[in-house]
Amino acid sequence: MLIHRRRFVAALGAGAVASTAGCAGGSQEESGGGAGVAGETLTLTTTTSTYDTGLLDAIHGDFEEMYGVTVDAVAQGTGAALESARNGDSDVVMVHARGLEDEFLRNGYGVNRRDLMFNDFVIVGPESDPAGIQGMASATDALTAIADAQAPFVSRGDNSGTHTKELNLWEAAGTEPGGDWYQETGTGMGEALNVANQQGAYTLSDRGTFISQRSEIDLTILVQGPIEDGPEILANPYGIMAVNPGVHDNANYDLAMAYIGWITSPGVQESISEYQVNGEQLFFPRAVSENPDFQQYVPEGWSSDSSDE
Amino acid sequence: MPIEPVAQSLPGIARVAVDLPLLLDLPFREGYVWSIIYVSLYVSLTAVALSTLFSIPVAVVMGFTDFPGKQFVKSVINTGMGFPSVVVGLIVLFGVSNQGPLGALDLIFTKQAMIMSQFVLATPPITAISLAAITGVDESVRDAAHVLGGTRVDVALVVLKEARYGIATAILAGFGRAISEVGSVLIVGGNITGADGISKTRTLTTAIQLEARQGQYGTAMILGAVLVALVLAVNAVVIRLGDQGVHR
Repeated sequence: MLIHRRRFVAALGAGAVASTAGCAGGSQEESGGGAGVAGETLTLTTTTSTYDTGLLDAIHGDFEEMYGVTVDAVAQGTGAALESARNGDSDVVMVHARGLEDEFLRNGYGVNRRDLMFNDFVIVGPESDPAGIQGMASATDALTAIADAQAPFVSRGDNSGTHTKELNLWEAAGTEPGGDWYQETGTGMGEALNVANQQGAYTLSDRGTFISQRSEIDLTILVQGPIEDGPEILANPYGIMAVNPGVHDNANYDLAMAYIGWITSPGVQESISEYQVNGEQLFFPRAVSENPDFQQYVPEGWSSDSSDE
Repeated sequence: MPIEPVAQSLPGIARVAVDLPLLLDLPFREGYVWSIIYVSLYVSLTAVALSTLFSIPVAVVMGFTDFPGKQFVKSVINTGMGFPSVVVGLIVLFGVSNQGPLGALDLIFTKQAMIMSQFVLATPPITAISLAAITGVDESVRDAAHVLGGTRVDVALVVLKEARYGIATAILAGFGRAISEVGSVLIVGGNITGADGISKTRTLTTAIQLEARQGQYGTAMILGAVLVALVLAVNAVVIRLGDQGVHR
């Protein structure tokens, strides 16, 4: 019976090896290129906020059906999503930190950037509001008040788009956050909201994740973003870029561009604006405009003269 | 992927395991829980099977021979038992990333990459515990086998038979490490589920992590219960197999 068991184990192993070989072969075929894209897989690395709100699952079925392809959406946070793309591990990136996107473009890793959609950031905290920031018109004043009061503040601390925005805000406020009251969680937005909720702390959140989680937590919006007439500095624009096939020749550029074309089309932009959680719109489309902003295609401040830097 | 349909034909027990949480009105689409259970089992069982194929011969060779540096190899294996899974995930990520040595195979964000990292995680405990079981077999058993005219292979088989409970424990320990591990499969697998709600590289552990990230602690707990039930079931099956072996 020992032999039987060995045979069984050996068969399992052989099966696994065979299936591995099959997959590797299949993907090589893909990168070889061909007439159609059907059957191929598009790897999208993106932020936790687009994924955790359920938006991508809600709209991707349409794209998959239209092209007969599969979209692998990997929710990583802006920093990690760009890093995966830098390593050639994804075909298209959807993130929300223009500064990091511009660096990515300047370094040659990304091409064909489009503005995709926006929502905004909000500063949330406990209703008791120990730092007294409720209704402040300036996000930086609010952060300064939190720092002065040494009220607990939860930071993402994960190099995500939200974390980048938060650090920019502290810088704009002229305050160096630190001390016992300032905690870096190193987690996604939802978890950071939970931590803030448990500790009665303030945090910076994108509106989408906050809305989709509001029923679970006791935090409330204390400083609004631009969607509700808050300061413009809290705007949260999402961009989408294809990985440069000139740098990573295995990137599925055809399909990436098909995806970018699809998601920036009027129909899908409409679907994005119609997507609701708890009866509220989470994302506002930005790709379709009578007067396109050509700055969306290039890094901030880019001009052909300075391209040699 | 051609492997998926196999999942549909799993026996009734697995079906019940899937339907049960669905009865509790989980906010998941049909087939979701089922598909992450399938991915969890597929990845962990394959990794443990491959680890076992690798570990048992290594344990047998180490148990029957003496060679210089044996103690060193042993301590390396024992160290491997405590190797952090996220570090293994990072190492496998560097290996399978497009820039890595295996980049051309396009393994990043696939089950195969997850199997690789779990293989690395499961092999040290399986080897170490098997080795302990084999060296723990009484000398008199080996002597008796020799005396009865057994070849070296015969002796090894007799010892393996005597050590089967220890080896089963080793395999279960490896399986336990593989299926409960979240760090490396998250990094190399990417926690991917298709838009149709069918998991590609999402396991029970990474699904629990995702639910917790979103503050859905209730559903996270239910998935956790499914995971524990699954591990219990696999343990029961393996122990049952061991018992049947005795009666034969």
